[in-house]
Amino acid sequence: MTDDYEHFEAVVVGAGPGGAAAAATLAEAGVETLVLERGVDAGSKNVSGGLIYAEESAPYTIDSIFDGFREEAAERPISEYYIHNLAGEKVKTFDLSDIHHHDTEWCDAVLRRQMDSWLAERVHEKCRDTGGGLLTEVRVNGLLREEGEIVGVTCDEIDPITADVIIAADGVNSELARDAGLMDWEEPDEWFQGVKAVVDMDPGAVNDRFGVESDDGVAHLFSGDLFQGVRGGGFLYTNEDSLSIGTVFHLDSLTEEEAEPHELLDSLLTHPLLDQWLDGEYHEREYSAKLVPDSKKAANPSPHQGRLLLVGDAAGQMQAQGPIIKGMNHAVTAGGLAAEAFAEAKSRGNPDSAGDLYEKKLVDEGVMAKLRPQRYRMTRTLSESDLVTKVAGGVLDSAVGRAGVKLFDGAIERAFNSPFLLGMIPDTRTSYVTVPRVVGEVLGERIDAENTIEPPELDDRIGDLTYDVGDPHIELVDNSFAASGAAVAACPVSAKDFGGGCYREETVKTNGSEEKVVSLDTQPCVECGTCAVVADTEWEHPAGGKGVEFKDG
Amino acid sequence: MNTLVLTKGVPDFREGQVSFDEDGHLERGKTPTVMNPNDKFALRAALQTKVRHGGTVSLMSMGPPGYKEILQEGMRDVYADDLYLLSDREMGAADTWATAMTVATGIEKLEETPDLVFAGFKSADGETGHTGPQTNWCLGWPLVTHVIALDIDEEAGRLRAKRLVKGDVEEIETVEADLPAFVVTDPEFEPTYRKAEHRLKHKELREKTQRRAEDYEDIVTVWDHEDLNLDPDYIGLDGSPTIVSGVDPIPKAPSEREATTVTPDDEEGMRNVLEEMEPFAAGD
Repeated sequence: MTDDYEHFEAVVVGAGPGGAAAAATLAEAGVETLVLERGVDAGSKNVSGGLIYAEESAPYTIDSIFDGFREEAAERPISEYYIHNLAGEKVKTFDLSDIHHHDTEWCDAVLRRQMDSWLAERVHEKCRDTGGGLLTEVRVNGLLREEGEIVGVTCDEIDPITADVIIAADGVNSELARDAGLMDWEEPDEWFQGVKAVVDMDPGAVNDRFGVESDDGVAHLFSGDLFQGVRGGGFLYTNEDSLSIGTVFHLDSLTEEEAEPHELLDSLLTHPLLDQWLDGEYHEREYSAKLVPDSKKAANPSPHQGRLLLVGDAAGQMQAQGPIIKGMNHAVTAGGLAAEAFAEAKSRGNPDSAGDLYEKKLVDEGVMAKLRPQRYRMTRTLSESDLVTKVAGGVLDSAVGRAGVKLFDGAIERAFNSPFLLGMIPDTRTSYVTVPRVVGEVLGERIDAENTIEPPELDDRIGDLTYDVGDPHIELVDNSFAASGAAVAACPVSAKDFGGGCYREETVKTNGSEEKVVSLDTQPCVECGTCAVVADTEWEHPAGGKGVEFKDG
Repeated sequence: MNTLVLTKGVPDFREGQVSFDEDGHLERGKTPTVMNPNDKFALRAALQTKVRHGGTVSLMSMGPPGYKEILQEGMRDVYADDLYLLSDREMGAADTWATAMTVATGIEKLEETPDLVFAGFKSADGETGHTGPQTNWCLGWPLVTHVIALDIDEEAGRLRAKRLVKGDVEEIETVEADLPAFVVTDPEFEPTYRKAEHRLKHKELREKTQRRAEDYEDIVTVWDHEDLNLDPDYIGLDGSPTIVSGVDPIPKAPSEREATTVTPDDEEGMRNVLEEMEPFAAGD
């Protein structure tokens, strides 16, 4: 029956860094490779905070696969790395250069539309030589099975395609990983949600205000008491002629506090500390959002099934341990390893063993140890218990704790720079809020500045995004407030008492009683996937070329 | 599979582009010339044929030398390989009949007879819809009009087409015809590319054409009446049997109702407005 279908040796779904690395490596090995990307252009659906690392210990780096990447596709190299512990208007800054440079060959700031479309051009050329190529505006919507076995993919825009290997690099909301039962949207504590503003800044102003040369850049992280107690933090990275400023929070914490992501971003943008860089000027180029898997919990230790191999966010391969935030580099490595595994399996005459080989390579190359550190798993039960959080918080805030912080000033900075200790950081309020706040209060200096900038309102942010509205791609299964109400605040393009977003709270009167329900309009959706986790929905991506189009990402 | 698309330059009738004088006559000098909008559908059908079956696409037009730009525009859309312009003062002011004679002679002069000739459904200026069928009358091929979908069986040398037959009951008719054939596309024509291979081909053709279209003048072949061995008495104004007895300006759309202006502070006026609207609010 499947004999009539088109066949390619390899189908790669998604043209981000993971898909690009996989496809290029497959093509180098002479494998006929077809890449399917649903955006109008590679990168138009992709958002990231904005730093890509090349690790010394990694078998693949983006520039080892794509010549000229740093010169042509990246923004500024990031050579300095700081964290600011904020308490009210006091700040204590630690230099995190040691951890930033640990195992780092280089690190560059990137904007994904520019980066991914550059990669896609090269991927297309390499794949053309094998008889394949890269197509945009094609949405892969599921797996093609024959007698229960995965044999290919099904798409909205083209007929089903069979393949000997399917590499799903279709991102954090991977429809293929879910179709295979390798990922779900059940647990909010497995996810972070990030929102970001790309802010215009003249290259000369970037140099002056950040004290860097024109071919150099800097990264700043922010934590402490500026985010209404929500667990997470902020970042600021310098691009060529813009800044990427964003916030990332644990999704469970965000929903518990019923916090509005765009307001938390605004808390960072309007903090007095940022005045030294913004200098009263603010022009937001783009507002964007994305879910981020927490690899400590979500990285799939066995990310394959039959002919399907998952790479990058689709496999939960996003490392976020305190100030270490690495995703794209692991996606690149995983893409390279998945491709290598298939090429080897094929040459041994047993292509079906690619998945097992890939899993082994992830372990042998040390990827899994970075994504799911054993130290975290061992200490988690204890360190994330409510009692420990309470006691630790209490002690830190007490006179004893404060004296300790004062005494161990240097030691704290060293601890922040220790990859060993960072691997154990518990996901609790202590690490995200209490420690930075107490550090800021006890050791910090007062910031003598006034930040007068006014970030755009949410409806302006939505209005500035580009959409090609297609059919609604999310269906609200249960519209009761109990089941889906959390989405009103947590959705980055919705807010309480705001009518122009995706999710709205409504009161319906029936037979004399009042009921709070939720309504959904997918028109301004940024496809982050937040509501798939926090609300009861049937969640799919829009058709190829439809939905939001990021210009920077 | 080699195909040819016939195209025509017409005044750009879009709002903001077109210019009329006080008497309602078109001001040709002030109105830009663009490709006849309906020809886009013929281009789509030709491109679909090229992507699915390979071969070449050529574009042909009759008109002044400035029409080369129309051909370039079409080239970018259809990824054309060759462009032909039939251009000569003797060909000027031709009616559909003289145009058809000239164009059919151009087609016959082509080194290789195309398997398919495509034309759009009527031009935006003349609106007769005659030139395509009359050209085909000269060629004597099977003619399939109002085509909305097209399939070609290369081995059998036949086409299958869906025709949109309009009437009180709209219906779709499927017809077959031997190649070479003449196809007039309907504005409802939708190309489909359901195979990855076709989309990859499409992308490759687009990239190649972008580069070639920069130097499009190099690939335009211009033929005058001598090249086509045509007697000036049978082409252009002299060869046109149509007699235009008079020209009426385009009438303004008649208004069925009279407009009344009501200001918000005119209480009685506003009440009248509400009363007028009432039946519509009730759904009558």
